[in-house]
Amino acid sequence: MTLTTDPPVATTTTELLNFSDVAMTFPNGTTALSGVDLTVKKGEFVTVVGPSGCGKSTLLRIASGLTPATAGETHVATKRIGYVFQDATLLPWRTVQANVELLAELNGIPKKTRVSKAAEAIELVGLKGFEKHLPKTLSGGMRMRASLARSLTLDPELFLFDEPFGALDEITRERLNDELIKLFTEQQFAGLFITHSVSEAVYLSTRVVVMSGRPGKIVETFDVPFAYPRDPEIRFTPEFAELAGEVSHALREGHS
Amino acid sequence: MTTTAPPTGPVTTSNPKIRTISRASEMPARRGARFPSWVPPVLVFVVIVALWYFVSYVVIDPKQSFLVPPPHTIFTDAFFDPKTLGDIMEALARSAGVALTGLAIAIVIGFVWAVAMSQARWIERSLFPYAVILQCIPILALVPLIGFWFGFDFPARVIVCILIALFPIVSNTLFGLQSVDKGQRELFQLQKANRWTVLTKLEFPAALPAIFAGMRISAGLAVVGAIVGDFFFRRGEPGLGALISNYQSRVQGPELFAAIITAALFGVVVFLVFGWLGKLAVGKWYDYSK
Repeated sequence: MTLTTDPPVATTTTELLNFSDVAMTFPNGTTALSGVDLTVKKGEFVTVVGPSGCGKSTLLRIASGLTPATAGETHVATKRIGYVFQDATLLPWRTVQANVELLAELNGIPKKTRVSKAAEAIELVGLKGFEKHLPKTLSGGMRMRASLARSLTLDPELFLFDEPFGALDEITRERLNDELIKLFTEQQFAGLFITHSVSEAVYLSTRVVVMSGRPGKIVETFDVPFAYPRDPEIRFTPEFAELAGEVSHALREGHS
Repeated sequence: MTTTAPPTGPVTTSNPKIRTISRASEMPARRGARFPSWVPPVLVFVVIVALWYFVSYVVIDPKQSFLVPPPHTIFTDAFFDPKTLGDIMEALARSAGVALTGLAIAIVIGFVWAVAMSQARWIERSLFPYAVILQCIPILALVPLIGFWFGFDFPARVIVCILIALFPIVSNTLFGLQSVDKGQRELFQLQKANRWTVLTKLEFPAALPAIFAGMRISAGLAVVGAIVGDFFFRRGEPGLGALISNYQSRVQGPELFAAIITAALFGVVVFLVFGWLGKLAVGKWYDYSK
């Protein structure tokens, strides 16, 4: 069931990610995903919620090319893919600056360009002044920011997020949600975001996709009608609560 | 049914909060920080020395006092005797040369061996058993053979050191290279980084703490190796091992103990130096307390 047919962001633009009847069966025989159809266009932020082990993360791994799907077709229309892991996965021996430069470095971008790119990204995620810090001196939230900045240096057109804020405390998480929305409205990438949190899903995205338990299937899709940039206070509006309620309901149905 | 602590009774374990508080307040009384941390080991040292004196003056026959010479004679008869001290220092320099050469070669071989094994499962499967076997060979049995094969001079002694010091380098380096976080590996994989890049930018730096831990163990072993080899070969220019063996056969108790103490102190110094090098290299980012 959809609440609105009028998505807030223009969707006439390019499809960056397209799953068509994608399935994933692991060598041990477990089916993680079956019959997934999903399209993410530029300017869309799609969030996938589902119970643990329903193959949400597998979806991202397929999209990024880390793991090939065992059936169906996956089209990714860009090479500029950002991937934010559950952990910040910073290299502990590198400073924030050097960590943020890493992906550009691995892609052979010249030193001068990547230094300025990294500086820009660090500023964007609000880590200015921490360039010389080592990861171990940063809080969990700051590490996540550095991880985001690292992906931003690639100017991703498709941005994949694998429960990036799951381990953070509520306040840090909400703040990072707001900054992510800011980044999204500025850069208009195509976002695919995995989370456990219904409220985070509704707050962040243009569309929420609910998956069932194993084997993971899309059971319902909800368009989110709120305009960007989003006011944190919308979380307390009846419309938000109603939509979150419906998502939760679908989640429970799919789980049982 | 869950029980709650009675309001007037003694504090019971069913209320974790109260228990923690009471424990925290007991803490200073229970394990007193009454002495600085160097006091306990010094006390132990004093007790051992006192026992030693007791044994050397009271327990054993004075004729056999060379077996347990009174501690001060180790200084008066050995360390303060210019001739003996000269011999010991000369021997120490030779053994140090052997140990450090052997250690350096073991580090290079061990590192290359481990990197080769980390590159492919089949290489690891083919080579790791031999690292384990190497570790399990009773080195004492091998030392005379090495003498026959390679002579009794510097090269043979170095080979003994290498054999004894190799395994910790191989196993620690391999462990370090393989214990890279999966997410970090995938990060490199997503950028299509090649093996060389993954090795130099990810695996090698990540393995450094383990490599240094291995080197520290091997450093101590290399010293043991140098002395053991020397002890058995007893030819050419005497190192600490040959000196120890000489003092033994001449029943020179104080000199013998002086040589043993020197050997042990040298091992400790090498161990500390490598610990310090490791801290210098990775201490900034690596938390050893983890």
